[in-house]
Amino acid sequence: MDNLYRDNILDHYKNPRNFGILSDPSVISEEENPSCGDRIKIQIRIKELPGKKMIEDIRFSGEGCAISIASASLLTDFVKGKTKEEVLTLKTEDILKLLGTVLTPARIKCATLPLEVVHKTLLLAKV
Amino acid sequence: MFDTHLIRKDFPILTRTIHGKPIVYLDSTASSLKPKLVLDAIMEYYTKFSVNIFRGIYTLSEEATQKYEDARVKVAKFIGAKSENEIVFVRNATEAINLVAATWGRAHLDRESEIVSTVMEHHANIVPWQEISQKSGAKLSYAGITPDYELDIDHLEKLITSRTKLVVLTYVSNVLGTINPMKEVIRRIKSKNPKTIILIDGAQAVPHMSVDVSTFGCDFFVFSGHKMLAPTGVGVLWGKYDLLQEMPPYQTGGEMIKEVYLEKTIFKDAPHKFEAGTPHIAGTIGLGAAIDYLSTLGMDAVRKHEEEVTRYALKVLGQLKGVKIFGPERAERKGGVVAFTVLGVHPHDLAQVLDSDNICIRSGNHCAMPLHTYLKLSATARSSFYIYNTKEEVDLLAGGIEKATRLFNG
Repeated sequence: MDNLYRDNILDHYKNPRNFGILSDPSVISEEENPSCGDRIKIQIRIKELPGKKMIEDIRFSGEGCAISIASASLLTDFVKGKTKEEVLTLKTEDILKLLGTVLTPARIKCATLPLEVVHKTLLLAKV
Repeated sequence: MFDTHLIRKDFPILTRTIHGKPIVYLDSTASSLKPKLVLDAIMEYYTKFSVNIFRGIYTLSEEATQKYEDARVKVAKFIGAKSENEIVFVRNATEAINLVAATWGRAHLDRESEIVSTVMEHHANIVPWQEISQKSGAKLSYAGITPDYELDIDHLEKLITSRTKLVVLTYVSNVLGTINPMKEVIRRIKSKNPKTIILIDGAQAVPHMSVDVSTFGCDFFVFSGHKMLAPTGVGVLWGKYDLLQEMPPYQTGGEMIKEVYLEKTIFKDAPHKFEAGTPHIAGTIGLGAAIDYLSTLGMDAVRKHEEEVTRYALKVLGQLKGVKIFGPERAERKGGVVAFTVLGVHPHDLAQVLDSDNICIRSGNHCAMPLHTYLKLSATARSSFYIYNTKEEVDLLAGGIEKATRLFNG
């Protein structure tokens, strides 16, 4: 447990980065983890560049446990400025690396929920 | 005399330590621990007469059959059934409900019918009825709860019409702990429509208090063995015998037949008509042993003990900063279940922090998502108590909650 709730995770939970809403999002979507009631909403503004689509800005909102909020906070920071293609290749292991902690099997879903919503949102994007 | 410290010695799992710390098990609402007496009964079956029942003429099979049927008699007596023939062995309460939905439900429900339930049900008493409602066209409606977390009986009564063929409701809420005044509720339903069939989910009642199904006036009553010291994989459907007799079988095959011809089959009478294939013999014998254990303690004493621990928990947790408890305020009105939230600490994080001290609680929606939605909650933490739980364990829980609060709010 002491390993799990490292200072970095607690910091991102108490002061989540990119929390809130965008004034002009390109695309929005929301997902829930029914086993614990966590709900994450993602808003992304996409910038069209020659040959690629870049995540210009991103916000998340919703409620969740420390793991899912910290994961959303770290992930949204991480994907900013990256291309849609780059972000779509991110996997569970990348999230665990971002969190820098070891999770029990029951908590993996908490950590990956934000990534799932980011992926879903990007796939919905028409621009 | 009820001595928890003596009782704890009967549960081998409680001698276990993880990282040098003892186990504080506060999740008996999900599943109870098992005493040695029950484990011995299972072991006895597998070491002395581990053969199939009903078919053998030899002594071993007769012994196994006798023990299996003895369990049926014990269950009947334990819940106040008129006869052991009203006791059907199934896998768990969920299967018992599915059995009624698939047999009685399919035979009686149509687009002219109505089913009434409540928002405080476990998913096991919601999903099968949604399914049958969609298939049959029967209308399904739900009674709400009052601001005091009690069943809104007036609302329930209003929902009963001449078309109401079935009412399904829980005896004790697995989240709020609310004990529904079963006799009164059943009386009011039947006085509005005497033909309405009533199914009671007793999964959180039978392990914890004295139950007498024949005085209730309900028609079906279901519960699981594993929540009452018995092994997983055995549960009970009680039904009024006439109802069981007229119902078509659930699954078909061996053991449930009298005569089989290539063109047709004559089924056994209830309850064996509903027990196709080799059943969970060891588990059922284990359930019989669990009932012996509980009967020795006395269900009134069991209830009294749980009430005391629950009263203490309501007091201790209620005094903690940021803790909000959901459910009736008075222990007399509650089963041994305390659901709560802690300000600034998600239930999952709380459960994780408590786990570092081997304190086992449940977090999430406890198979009652509609109830959480109704209460506008995303998740709660839940501690629950049984015969082996002590007030000292409640203190450990309180200490763990304070630790989590410091970690996340500090």
